[in-house]
Amino acid sequence: MKVSLFITCLSDAIYPQVGEAMVRLLAAHGVKLDFPSVQTCCGQPSYNSGYWEETRTTAKTILKAFQDSDFVVSPSGSCTYMIHHYAELFKDEPEWLAQAQALEAKTYEFTQFLVQVLGMTDVGAYFPHRVTYHPSCHGSRLLGVKEEPMALLSQVKGLELVPLPFADDCCGFGGTFAVKMADISGAMVTEKVDHIKETEAEVLVGLDMACLMNIAGNLRHRGEQVRVMHLAELLYEGVAVR
Amino acid sequence: MSRSEKTSATVKERADIALNNDFLRKAVRFTTERLRNGKQLASTEHGNWDEWRERGRQIRLHTIAHLDYYLNLFVENARANGVHVHFAEDTAAATEIVMTIARHKQAESVVKSKSMVSEELHINHALEEAGIEAVESDLGEYIIQLAGEGPSHIVIPAIHKNRYQIAELLSKDAGEELPPDTTVLAGYVRRKLREKFLDADIGMTGCNFAIAETGSMVLFENEGNARMVTTVPKTQITLMGMERIIPSWEDLEVMATLLPRSATGQRLTMYMSGITGPKRDEDSDGPEEMHMIIVDNGRSGQLGDPEFQELLNCIRCGACLNVCPVYRQIGGHSYGGTYSGPIGAVLTPALNRNVAEWDDIANASSLCGACYEACPVKIPLHDMLVYLRRRKVERGHGNRWESIGMKGFAILMGNSKRLGTALKMGRILQKPVVHNGTISLKIGPLKGWTTYRDMPPMADDPFRERWSKLEQELQQDQVTMDATVKDRMEQLVQARQRSKRGDFDES
Repeated sequence: MKVSLFITCLSDAIYPQVGEAMVRLLAAHGVKLDFPSVQTCCGQPSYNSGYWEETRTTAKTILKAFQDSDFVVSPSGSCTYMIHHYAELFKDEPEWLAQAQALEAKTYEFTQFLVQVLGMTDVGAYFPHRVTYHPSCHGSRLLGVKEEPMALLSQVKGLELVPLPFADDCCGFGGTFAVKMADISGAMVTEKVDHIKETEAEVLVGLDMACLMNIAGNLRHRGEQVRVMHLAELLYEGVAVR
Repeated sequence: MSRSEKTSATVKERADIALNNDFLRKAVRFTTERLRNGKQLASTEHGNWDEWRERGRQIRLHTIAHLDYYLNLFVENARANGVHVHFAEDTAAATEIVMTIARHKQAESVVKSKSMVSEELHINHALEEAGIEAVESDLGEYIIQLAGEGPSHIVIPAIHKNRYQIAELLSKDAGEELPPDTTVLAGYVRRKLREKFLDADIGMTGCNFAIAETGSMVLFENEGNARMVTTVPKTQITLMGMERIIPSWEDLEVMATLLPRSATGQRLTMYMSGITGPKRDEDSDGPEEMHMIIVDNGRSGQLGDPEFQELLNCIRCGACLNVCPVYRQIGGHSYGGTYSGPIGAVLTPALNRNVAEWDDIANASSLCGACYEACPVKIPLHDMLVYLRRRKVERGHGNRWESIGMKGFAILMGNSKRLGTALKMGRILQKPVVHNGTISLKIGPLKGWTTYRDMPPMADDPFRERWSKLEQELQQDQVTMDATVKDRMEQLVQARQRSKRGDFDES
C-alpha cells in the first residue's frame, strides 16, 4: 500500500513543519508516507489567472509524481481540489486524461484522509487551549470538507473550540487576487482578523496554509499574539506533548 | 447594454472610492447580513434545500436547452391572449419599440415597477430625452432615480444608502425637511406615487417569469406598486429578457419556493401577480392594451456556449451578492455595470461579448465559491470567472508582466530540480530583506501584500530537504498499522478499481 505525501509548494517552501507533522502523526498510526520528490506545484496560480497552457506543464509533474501511489494525501483542500480540474485541462489528451481521473479518485485532503480513509477521529491529542477554526473556502465549499475537521477537533482533549463569527467568509487570499486587488483583499483579511480577535482565541487553526499565511500575516502586521496553526500541527503537538 | 455605461475608471479605482466610503460599507454590510441570514433561516426551515435547488436547476437547464420551443409556445399563447409581442435584438431596437408605443399613445408619463432589463436598456434616459416623464415606483428605485444613480444591487437598488442620506434626498424632492424616520419617508413616497399612478399613460414592468403554457407573466414584489402599475394605466409595457421563460405553472411552484427565500428570506413576497393578457370585458380593471418586449441584448450569444449557457438560468434573486465577501467590501457600483456582484462580474462581460473591454471585472473575485453555494439554481459562477480570465489571456489581452511571470512560473514548476535550486537560491537572496522573521519589502507586487500583512520568509530547510533525514528517523521505530484500518484501505482501493472497470459496486 503506497500512501504518498503531496506537500504543496507553499508548505514545501515556507511551512515544512506542516508536512513533517503530517508524516509523524500518520507514522504513529502505522501509515508510512512516501514523498515522490519530482512533485512541484498543483498549478493553481496559473490556472486561476487564465494561463491554462502553463498549468498543464505544471500539472504533469504532479501526475507523474503520483502515478504509482494508492493514496495521495495533502495538507491543502485548495490544492487537492485543483486536481479535480485536471480532467478538464487534459480533456483533449486521452493518456493524461486517464491519469488525471485516476489521481482525482485517490487524492485526499489531510482530514478527509484521517476520517474517510483511516476511519479515525480521535488521534489521542491533548491541547488545552482556546481555539477557533477558519474553514477555507475551496476545502469546505468545493471539496466538501466540513464535518471532518469538526469531528477531529471535538475529540481533542482539553481543547475549547470557540465559533468564529462569519467563519465561512473568505479571508481575502485568492492567490494573485491578494496582489492584483490588494486593497479589497486587505479589507477582507482585516475583517477576518477582527472576527478572530472577537473570539479571544489563543490559537487559530485551519486546513490551508495559503489562507493561514494571509491571516497570520495580518495578525502579525497588527501585533496580535494569536498563534496560527495547521490542524496537522495542532494534532501532532497534542500527541507529542502527551 | 450600451457602451456609454462603462466609466473610464477600472474596477480597482471604483473599488477604492467605495473602500473609503464608510457610510456605504456600513449600509451594504447591514442589509446584506440581514438578507443572507434571512435566506439561511428560510431555506433551513423549508428543508431539503439542496434537492429544491437541484429541481430549480433542472427546470432552468431544460428550459434554456429548449428555449426556441418554449419561446414560441409562450409567444403563441400570449398573442392568443391579446398581448402584442415584440422582439428586440439590442438596446436600440428595444428603445425604438418603447418609443413607438409611447408616441402612438401620445404618452406624457410612464410609471414603472422595478425592472433590471429597463436598467440594462437605460430606458428612463431615452424616455426623458423624448420629453416623457418616467417615474420609478419601487421605493429603492425611486431613491436612486432621485440620486441620479443606477441600482447597486439586483433586488435592493439603494442598498448603499443609509436613512439619513435617503431623508436628505427625499427632503429635496418634497421641498420640506423630512425626518430620517423610515415610516415617514415611505409615507411621503407613497402619497407622491399615488398621483403618479393615476396620471400615468403607460405602466412599465419587468418580468420575473413568463409561463409558456398559458402565455402569462408573473411578478414578485413587496410594495404593491407593480399591482398599481399593471392595473391603473391604460397601456402596459413589459420588458423581459428572453430567458425569463419557464414551461408551466407547476414549474412556478419550484421557482416561487426558491426566489423569495433566496432573495430576501421571505417564504413568499407580499404580492405575487400572474397576468394573462390585457383587461377582458368581464374584468373590473387592468390595461386595455398590453405589450411585451422580449429582449435579447447579448443573451442568445450564450446559447450553445458550454461554459456560459448556464448564465441564462439565473433568476435574479441577488443571493450571490449577499454572500459575496468582495461585494460586501465594495458595493455594487464598483462593478461598473447594471448587474453587480458575482453574477454581474460574469454577466456584464458575457452579454457585451467584449472580454477585453470589461476584462478587469473578472479579477475582482477571490474565487471563494460563496456565490455558487448560495445560488438557488447552482450556477458555477466561480468557474465562469476563471473561464473569462482564460479567454482574455487566449485572446491576447493578458497583462504583459503577468504573462511573462506565468511563463516563468511554468518553467520553474515544470521540473522539480529547478524548483529545488530556486528554493536554495531564494533562501540566500532573501537574506538582506528578512528582518525579525518577516519580509517587509514594499516594492513591486509585494507592496500590495505588505501594506496589510507581514510576509513570511522561505524556510531554511524546505520539506524536500528535510525528507531524507525524516524518512530515516521514522524507519527506526515503525508502528504496525491496525488490521481493521489496513482492511479498510484495501477495500477502498478495490472499490476504486471496480468503479474504474465500470463494475457495479456490490457493497
